[in-house]
Amino acid sequence: MMNKPSLILRTTGFFLMPLLFLFSIFLFLRGHNESGGGFIAGLVAAAAVALHLFFSGIESAKRLLGFDPRDLMGAGLLLALVSGFISMIYGKALFTAIWGTVNLPILGKVKVGTPLLFDLGVYLVVIGAVLGILLSLAEAEE
Amino acid sequence: MLFVVLSGFITALFAPALVRVADRHTGLALATLPAGLFIWFLTLLPEVNQGPIRSVHDWVPSLGIQLSFWLDGLSLLMALLITGIGTLIFIYAGTYLKGHRDLGRFFVFLLSFMAAMLGLVLSDNLISLFVFWELTSITSFMLIGFSHTDTNARRCAMQGLYVTVGGGLVLMAGFIVFASMGGSYELSELLQDGDLLREHGLYSLALLLILCGAFTKSAQFPFHFWLPNAMAAPTPVSAYLHSATMVKAGIYLLARLNPGFGGTELWTLMLCGAGGITMLMGIFLAARHTGIKKVLAYSTIMALGTLTMLIGIGSETAIIAAMTFLLAHSLYKGALFMIAGIIDHEAGSKDFATVEGLRHVMPLTAFAAVLAALSLAGVFPFFGFVAKELLFESSLGSASMVLMTITVMTAVLVVAVACLVGIKPWFGRVASSPKPAHEAPLGLLLGPALLAILSLVFGLQSGLVANGLIDSAASAVAGTALQSKLALWHGINTALIISLVSLVLGYVLYRQLDRFRELTRVTDQISSFGPEAAFDRFMLALVQLSKGLTLFLQNGYLRFYLITILCTMLALVGSVFVLRDLAPISFAVTDLRLHEAAILLVLLMSVATAVFSRSRLASVAALGAIGFTVALLYVLFSAPDVSITQILVETLTVILLVLVLYKLPPYLSLSPNTVRLRDGLIAVFTGLTMTLLILATTATRHYNSITDWFIEASVPQGEGRNIVNVILVDFRAFDTLGEIFVLTLAAIGVFAMIRFRSEDRKS
Repeated sequence: MMNKPSLILRTTGFFLMPLLFLFSIFLFLRGHNESGGGFIAGLVAAAAVALHLFFSGIESAKRLLGFDPRDLMGAGLLLALVSGFISMIYGKALFTAIWGTVNLPILGKVKVGTPLLFDLGVYLVVIGAVLGILLSLAEAEE
Repeated sequence: MLFVVLSGFITALFAPALVRVADRHTGLALATLPAGLFIWFLTLLPEVNQGPIRSVHDWVPSLGIQLSFWLDGLSLLMALLITGIGTLIFIYAGTYLKGHRDLGRFFVFLLSFMAAMLGLVLSDNLISLFVFWELTSITSFMLIGFSHTDTNARRCAMQGLYVTVGGGLVLMAGFIVFASMGGSYELSELLQDGDLLREHGLYSLALLLILCGAFTKSAQFPFHFWLPNAMAAPTPVSAYLHSATMVKAGIYLLARLNPGFGGTELWTLMLCGAGGITMLMGIFLAARHTGIKKVLAYSTIMALGTLTMLIGIGSETAIIAAMTFLLAHSLYKGALFMIAGIIDHEAGSKDFATVEGLRHVMPLTAFAAVLAALSLAGVFPFFGFVAKELLFESSLGSASMVLMTITVMTAVLVVAVACLVGIKPWFGRVASSPKPAHEAPLGLLLGPALLAILSLVFGLQSGLVANGLIDSAASAVAGTALQSKLALWHGINTALIISLVSLVLGYVLYRQLDRFRELTRVTDQISSFGPEAAFDRFMLALVQLSKGLTLFLQNGYLRFYLITILCTMLALVGSVFVLRDLAPISFAVTDLRLHEAAILLVLLMSVATAVFSRSRLASVAALGAIGFTVALLYVLFSAPDVSITQILVETLTVILLVLVLYKLPPYLSLSPNTVRLRDGLIAVFTGLTMTLLILATTATRHYNSITDWFIEASVPQGEGRNIVNVILVDFRAFDTLGEIFVLTLAAIGVFAMIRFRSEDRKS
């Protein structure tokens, strides 16, 4: 696809990419209270992989992702759907949010709920959709 | 009662597994379900005679749709037919389709059909009745097209589906009008006050729409043509759906609505007109054919026409006649269809012309066939005779010469057809058939024999069904209590004399059937202008129209897509601004800050670069710059989430475009000025319209903004301070779910497009 990528791109990419991933997770987790959320976080993660795609090629980008983007979309949709049905176990209407707290070793008490699960679904779908399009476009060029 | 209806659907789920376990005995095993239901319905008979049984379940409470069931005499008669004949059909089908590789699928469809049909006749709510109505059309489609490798079967299945589902949609419109007239969706409430309905301004509209649905389903002229084609289905299906049950759904509906709609001039005219024509035409075409199933199918059309006509006449005798005829027809026609299957299965013939003298090799089948044919002809003392007497009486009672003539002509032709069915294949010196014939096994014989014998028993002992079943069904149709006095012997009266004359004339006609066919050959030419030809032409034109429309709209050029979409929007939205008086839009630039002016300047410069640049890459970059400045505007108006999203989407879009642009050749030629002018105008007007739209929307606010509620409810109800995200994942999660589904679909679309193109290129 591309000629040998420039040294600058490779070097910055190498350091920037893990940071982007961290940023993506950060955005995802803070999303419910501060700016962020699954959609934005998914876009950032997709951008991170896209960066990798530019400096080290398709095969490497696929290895980095670890999953077929289509599987990510499917899993995301399923997760989002399942999160909506959980409330029915409690006898409430579809997509009613259920919240609870769990004790985590370091973080202490953390509030978790079905919207978080739903957001994770959105996150996966966004990554899958963007990268699905991007990778197949890049592949078609070869 | 909910369980009764659902039991068929539930059993259908397990049918394929059962086929694997029970193998040859599946039909017998599954027959226990309708048999059980039959007995259950039978035990309810005394209770129903006291008054209807109603049972209500909430379905969509927010829309007021209930799953309410209603069992009165009419429903009970239909339910008994569905389950009773169903039992025999399951036994028959188990033997008939023994070892068929898709036997499991067959039983799934057949059970679902039975359940849908039960739901249809038991429904009290119009919406649920409609749902079951369409379900029977769909299961019928599956069954007609059961041999899906056969092109003709597929064509016939599609035709049946289009006609019945198309009629069903019209029916739904009719139901909605009907419900709005009476202010309820419950039949039992709507039919309480017939005069209110009959004098309502929407009466004619509702009636015509509903009739359209009923006539398509019950194969009334001019929608009759799908029924003979439905004979592409396996014979057990023809016997069950297309003679005894499904096609009677339309009749059931007419009978059901009689207390509310019946008795007006329009009603009588439509029903007697369509019914009379259908009746005569059906039996005429039956006499012209020699294919066994075709003959039976056309004579079914005759029966459906007769029933419609009787309900149209609407006198007490006519309604009792209709219910009696309904039962009599289901018995002998079910038997005859199953016998047609036996001839096909054991003697290898589908045509009356190729079989003769079969009574020597299959005496029991011949016996059943002769009994059923005698009932069809209406010979004393069969049940068909009782029905026929009543038919003549009602027709005489209507005091219409036209109806009377049609009825007599039909009766003569019916006798001729009955002779064809009851004499031609069985009598003769030696047995001859395409393959060596032998007696049918018990599984095939049980159904037709039982039904044929019942035709005789009910004739001799008409009190068995009259007091109770027929009475309460007829009372339900009439809306008042009726006492039928079914009897074999009414003494010598006009009806009896007509009956005798028709028997003699019919037999004479049978002897001359070949000449009759020869003489009426001219009608074949008429049929090329008939409803079926019209339907075929209409479908062909429809396909061509959509092909042309697709070629026009989906021409493969993205720029034309955009032009189409934008111009449509301009026309629809823009016309509102021109045609309607809207509140004046005020727009004034007051305190413009320096940084805002700077952003605006950058924006305008980017736009100019994007438009006038001669390099694609530069244009894309300029578009990116526009996106980023817009993102800056979001920041200024304190919408950080939207801004972040905009920046990210903009980045990814540029990456995508670069990937695509990389493949394109350099500009070969730039668009001529006229094209640029056109595109420019569209762009300017679109921008203008959108701006006006937003200004107009923000200027007129009829409701309080929902924002305040979101701000207040976000933390206590959504457990989060970021309102945007709380809305996305909690308050409006269902919308988001839809959006991510769309996103996935779009990605799959792009994926498929690229993948197929690269595969095409390789090969």
